[in-house]
Amino acid sequence: MSNAKDIFLKEATTAAADGPQRIFINKALGGYYANRDIQKARFRDWERARDAASLAKWEAVNDLANTLEAFVAKFESNGGKVHWARNAAEAREIILQLIAAANAKAVVKSKCMTTEEIHLNDALEKAGYSVVESDLGEFIQQLRGEAPYHFVFPCMHVKREEISALFTKHLGTAATNSPEELTMIARRHLRQLYVDADVGITGANFLVAETGQISITENEGNARLTAALPRIHIALSGIEKVVKKLDDLSVLLPMLATAGAGQPMTCYNTLYSGPRKPGECDGPEEFHLVLLDNARTQLLADPEQRDALHCIRCGACLNVCPIFKNIGGLAYGTTYQGPIGSVITPHLRGLKQWNHLSGASSLCGACTDACPVRIDLHHHLLHNRRNANQTSPTWFDRLFHRGFNFVISRPRLFAFGGRVFRFTLPVLKKIPLPYLSAWLKTRDLPPAPAQSFRQQWKDSSHG
Amino acid sequence: MRISLFIPCFVDQLAPQVGLATVKVLKKLGHDVEFRAEQTCCGQPSYNSGQWEVAREGAIRALKIFRGAEVVVGPSGSCVAMIKKFYPDLLKDTPHAAEAKELAQRTFEFSEFIVRQLGVTDIGATLNKKVTYHDGCHAMRELRLKEEPRQLLRAVRGLELIETEESESCCGFGGLFSVKFPMISTAMVQVKGGALARTGADYVVSSDPSCLLQIGGWLTREGKPIRPMHIAEVLAEGLPANV
Repeated sequence: MSNAKDIFLKEATTAAADGPQRIFINKALGGYYANRDIQKARFRDWERARDAASLAKWEAVNDLANTLEAFVAKFESNGGKVHWARNAAEAREIILQLIAAANAKAVVKSKCMTTEEIHLNDALEKAGYSVVESDLGEFIQQLRGEAPYHFVFPCMHVKREEISALFTKHLGTAATNSPEELTMIARRHLRQLYVDADVGITGANFLVAETGQISITENEGNARLTAALPRIHIALSGIEKVVKKLDDLSVLLPMLATAGAGQPMTCYNTLYSGPRKPGECDGPEEFHLVLLDNARTQLLADPEQRDALHCIRCGACLNVCPIFKNIGGLAYGTTYQGPIGSVITPHLRGLKQWNHLSGASSLCGACTDACPVRIDLHHHLLHNRRNANQTSPTWFDRLFHRGFNFVISRPRLFAFGGRVFRFTLPVLKKIPLPYLSAWLKTRDLPPAPAQSFRQQWKDSSHG
Repeated sequence: MRISLFIPCFVDQLAPQVGLATVKVLKKLGHDVEFRAEQTCCGQPSYNSGQWEVAREGAIRALKIFRGAEVVVGPSGSCVAMIKKFYPDLLKDTPHAAEAKELAQRTFEFSEFIVRQLGVTDIGATLNKKVTYHDGCHAMRELRLKEEPRQLLRAVRGLELIETEESESCCGFGGLFSVKFPMISTAMVQVKGGALARTGADYVVSSDPSCLLQIGGWLTREGKPIRPMHIAEVLAEGLPANV
């Protein structure tokens, strides 16, 4: 069980066989669909809003160098400090150095998938710091010792009773079935940790070049506490999160909320403009932003799939994906699950190791229709399949398709082969054959007709 | 009009009744129908498997086969999407690009052709059954067909059309996906097939015979009474035999 594909096949097989869990996820998403549709209907024209959102990201991503430079100049003139990281290791190193320089002991984090991407928590814990996730879902996943299940709803697969038992085990609280009480338990536990923490680490939803501000969207207020209470605020962001104008947020923020969670707006939308200035009563002493490449510039260099950098990480594509709904988020083994994850993970971590995710799709296109910034997701899965075939072809695939092509390019051979297949099908069904046996394990094939269409056409008056 | 049939390879070999029903309906509408026997498979299995070099050869063959055909009509949203959407993409920046675009413009899915091109919704069919419609993903999302097949079904005498809660959910076929990732494909058809069975309909109708192969294969394996039926077969019901 060494490579990513084998692990994926094993995990996906287990998850797909877990009927009750699949029903639980489907039910959870049912509520999301209803709310999303109500909120979508409040837009004057959802499709035009998608155009506008897509354009805002296109403008920034297709002029990324200039947009980033403009952002950085503004951000630093506001008193923040920018650090550039080419890859995950550099980003971890920068953050560790900042924490060490601050003589910090405790770190509090708000939800940030980019820190998952660079495996920051592991690095911090190995260096001896205590790290606590302050987003409720992430906090639960941290206690469970499990990666986020969904990059927007990290613990959507966990039942209330399990959360209660988890809190009893780790926090010593009494069992409860009330979501409000469970939330209060986490809240009481976390409050002191914000105060005790020397460093707060956040992500960023958008970087606004026009004003040099960081936009963070959240429902719990934990990111505001993470950014405001500790002495040092470190934000980590992919370079593609930048937008040109403050006004771009007027479409991106509501679309993020509606597409992602079925909300009109997320509860807290905050623009962070720099560290505490002289005369101000709160805010961090230092405000650092680590800008991460980690293969994003490689994706930028691919004009066919560059639009994947438009992603605002709303999770809408996961929410509608029948693959995600049936195998869940953990089986992917990636930071970013679902269709967007299957598209970008091969770019982030290597196509040869991760192309199987592009193959594990019926190409139904529900994701592409759901994407608020119009990323051509399901066609990019096809592009990954093609690219993988060009760079690391497998002999079975090559032989199979060359053989198939040999037959279909010869109509008489095709007709003959079809006839042989139809007559021998009852026997073929009984012997183990690639593909056919996989089909027959769970599905029937209708009895083969005695005559093909082409025979009947020829025999009738038509021919 | 002279209509050139585009019969998907597995319809030819495994579901010829769908091809025959297509012929019957198009003739009933007063058109000449031809079948160019050099056609075999559109190459979609190779295209979807990333074998674009191989698929390109199939696309170039199809261009040649359907050269000069007034219109090309096929009873499959998926295979028609291959010609209409993916051939132009596959052949862009090749000497065949212009011809691929041109073939795309005169190729139509069966229900698309009847409703959008011919402007007909009532064929004169009769079927005293309760049916529900399954939107094949390629027909719905690549060709943007949603109302067309339903308009045709509503006009069938005696037919009661009911919607399924999962009508837009993928059946899980996805070509070779169904056998490369059979556990995921099966989970998907369980969701789809379960919803279809709960409607209490007699038939699940679709414009995509490949979806029907998947859905029907699961339904019979699970002993569910609802049966698959292609929309061409529905529209051929109750038509005079000798059209």
